[in-house]
Amino acid sequence: MAYFDAASAEPMTDVARQVLLAALDDGWADPARLHAEGRRAALMLDSARERMAALLGCRADEISFTASGTQAAHLAVLGAVEARRSATRGPGHLVVTAVEHSSILNAAAHAERSGSLLTIVPVGPDGRVDADAFTGAVTRDRTVLACLQSANHEVGTVQPVAKLAAECQAASVPLLVDAAASTGRMPAPPGWSLLVASAHKWGGPPGVGVLAVRKRVRWRSPLPADGREAGRVPGFVNLPAIVSAVAALEAFDAQREPADAALRALTAQIRRRLPATVPDCVLYGDPDLRLPHIVAFSCLYIEGEALVTELDKAGFSVSSGSSCASETEQPSHVLAAMGAVTHGNVRVSLPRDISPEAVDSFLAALGPIVSALRRGGR
Amino acid sequence: MPASEPALRIDALGRKCPMPIIMLARQIGQVPIGAVVEVLADDPAAKSDVPAWCRLKSHQFISTTPLQVGWAFLLQRSY
Repeated sequence: MAYFDAASAEPMTDVARQVLLAALDDGWADPARLHAEGRRAALMLDSARERMAALLGCRADEISFTASGTQAAHLAVLGAVEARRSATRGPGHLVVTAVEHSSILNAAAHAERSGSLLTIVPVGPDGRVDADAFTGAVTRDRTVLACLQSANHEVGTVQPVAKLAAECQAASVPLLVDAAASTGRMPAPPGWSLLVASAHKWGGPPGVGVLAVRKRVRWRSPLPADGREAGRVPGFVNLPAIVSAVAALEAFDAQREPADAALRALTAQIRRRLPATVPDCVLYGDPDLRLPHIVAFSCLYIEGEALVTELDKAGFSVSSGSSCASETEQPSHVLAAMGAVTHGNVRVSLPRDISPEAVDSFLAALGPIVSALRRGGR
Repeated sequence: MPASEPALRIDALGRKCPMPIIMLARQIGQVPIGAVVEVLADDPAAKSDVPAWCRLKSHQFISTTPLQVGWAFLLQRSY
């Protein structure tokens, strides 16, 4: 089996597993308590927080751990909106791009239903945000939050965060950067006011996300009061998983450059060989300014779900942005926003340490599978 | 834009994607270059895929009109 869906979940690394198992022995107690077991747990949590802060380039007291990247995204958006809610100054204005992760878009829609105004900024055919339109949107009156991902999770295109962060700063608008797709693969982009990340994307355990809020940024919990995580994230923290997640990111980040080189070469090879392998196939995403491990393409005239299923039977695990492959029966909003063909879509996202032979086998298998599906009328 | 009848109407209502696109790709060659084709489809993916296919294949996409169920897409064969 060749697992090519690292963007959904990077296989848990040995470091993550070993640290998780070790941390289970000492990390089960309540870090809020004053007794010996509690203090030991508190030390583990404090240390994890310090180390995460160092990895993201911020202060420890700016870091909260959540139960997932999605939860971090919801809290980031709704907390920023809540802090700027005004009875007298009218609804706040939110800016997002059309290709944000659904957790950001869903939180924005939720805020809109509660009275916020929402601007969804369009993107170009490669998924890069229209920078002028984004700048125009954030300079509107009462803009309380702008959201821009570091890089796109479906097609890999890197967004111009540094440039647009400067625009947000000039307009005094806080910028939320969803860094889930890029943490551990690219340096954290400069200029964020809030940042979210997700441990299972870097080979950490499931059940850990990160919400980072810079000290000067106004944020108020949209949820009932709770003392945990500086009042940002309610509920007992999953300390063993947090410790594992941090260790996993340290190791993942330490290998960033060689991993980037290796993965980029393999995805570049897929991009280069695809047109000859599969006629009537379209590649998506910027060919150069992209994450190293992701390649998305659409094979015309076949169903995405059928293609994923046949590839699965052949031993290759991929995901798809096609509507038939989605629980919601809707095509990927990212592909639709790019004006891309959504049917027959495949996202290949290579895990680290994937062998070049696996990629060769995939390319050898893909052509005949697509041909057979086209002949068979699916 | 003169309100004339399209040269070809492709009824793909009730057909699951990618059938509307397959039908369009197969039948567009039947009309003269410059002729207008209308595609009727209600699969959610058709809304982005019909214009996307036209852009990809360099045919002129004209318009999307919502129907009670689905949409009517107008496009022009360019070559």
